[in-house]
Amino acid sequence: MLVRDESPLKRTPLHALHVARGGKMVPFAGYEMPVQYPAGVLKEHLHTRSAAGLFDVSHMGQLALQAKSGKFEDAALALERLVPQDIVAVPPGRQRYAQFTKDDGGILDDLMVANFGDHLFLVVNAACKTEDEAHLRAHLSETCVIDSLSQRALIALQGPKAESALAKLCAGVSAMRFMDSGPRQVAGFDCFVSRSGYTGEDGFEISVPAEHAEALVTALLDNADVLPIGLGARDSLRLEAGLCLYGHDIDTTTTPVEGALEWSVQKSRRAGGARAGGFPGAEKILSQFEKGASRRRVGLRAQGRAPVREGAPLFVDSASSEAIGKVTSGGFGPSLNTPLAMGYLPTALAENGTQVFAEVRGQRLPLQVAAMPFVPNTYKR
Amino acid sequence: MTTLFTSDHEWLRIDGDVATIGVTDYAQSQLGDVVFVELPKVGRTLKKAEAAAVVESVKAASDVYAPISGEVIEVNEALAAEPALVNSDAGGKAWFFKLKIADKSELGGLMDEAAYEAHTA
Repeated sequence: MLVRDESPLKRTPLHALHVARGGKMVPFAGYEMPVQYPAGVLKEHLHTRSAAGLFDVSHMGQLALQAKSGKFEDAALALERLVPQDIVAVPPGRQRYAQFTKDDGGILDDLMVANFGDHLFLVVNAACKTEDEAHLRAHLSETCVIDSLSQRALIALQGPKAESALAKLCAGVSAMRFMDSGPRQVAGFDCFVSRSGYTGEDGFEISVPAEHAEALVTALLDNADVLPIGLGARDSLRLEAGLCLYGHDIDTTTTPVEGALEWSVQKSRRAGGARAGGFPGAEKILSQFEKGASRRRVGLRAQGRAPVREGAPLFVDSASSEAIGKVTSGGFGPSLNTPLAMGYLPTALAENGTQVFAEVRGQRLPLQVAAMPFVPNTYKR
Repeated sequence: MTTLFTSDHEWLRIDGDVATIGVTDYAQSQLGDVVFVELPKVGRTLKKAEAAAVVESVKAASDVYAPISGEVIEVNEALAAEPALVNSDAGGKAWFFKLKIADKSELGGLMDEAAYEAHTA
């Protein structure tokens, strides 16, 4: 057996529930997490698209960021020193997708930032949460208080039946729109609910005090529309939705522009904007907004049946010896019943419809650059 | 006909000097939903332990090794068309390929059903 880490794996507050429901537990970002349940990845994926899937994402980091002045704007301005997003303009009860950037323009992590009135609520990736918290403390401690909300679990409820399932336990969810976020009572527990997710489906993420997580999840799973879903289907769902997986599709070597995340950088932070620049890597990132980047993240559709996996080198034709890019996520899209991938290509080759080749087990397989999301999203805007 | 097993969760059905090879039900349960199978070319000569076929689930790709040396004389084209057969009938319809056995002494290192059951228990 391969031992990757000496430190014991952590468990989420839902560990016993996963095991009781037959979850196949695997190490992930320092946690023991269910990769699938007895239904299997394919059925779990399709169930989420047709009904509702429940995901334990308690391994992710939850943080509260409050200005010592108590003013939301001061917390937002402080966070804007670390991200290229407009945080000041996020209205109360709304959230926004953001990235922590570094001085060379690379991405340290991607995150969700919500305006909770007098403070910001942040959700960051599991594998980065220790570094993210240290990063926030190192840069913002003078003016802000950073609280690690480690005693909270996080679950996602995703799919066309998510709203009806959650509405039974939480009044008012039907009125929420995509990216609304705020405190709400769910099944009598003090939760934070956002209408968002990582599947391309309509759905919710629910932050719940750890001691109530099992009761809440049990109540949701009492609904026949809702099945527990493992990390395997979470990955195939987000791939079909064209969503980046940090550490794979974006990382410290890719900028938001190279990652095709320009949409997430508001005009106020770009050249000529009210608060242009002022974030790590601004020079490089804003220059890429002006002049373009040399490479770009694209969607790739295989023409054959063979999945093209992460790491496969990409070539301009079937014979050339020099790779022009590589696949950063790849697998099978159960909803489309076809292999799907994303990866980086020179910008000149990033146009939809361009044919490139991936090398898989010594063979060159044709792929076509394709628009993402591969499966249209169903957000309630 | 004798059925033998490898520690890598493959089965071999021996019929004279021909071995039919597939993966076990235990293997398919570990792989999960199979979405793609790549088979060796007929006529290829395989050495024992050489990667012979690939089976891919939604999440990952796994190699199927030649459990013994021999020449590929037939492959199961039905698997390419319907990879999910591996999940529904691993020990039967989902055979991968047939080998003309090069050296029968290599069979000596394989497990019988009882030994394989103990191996996966």
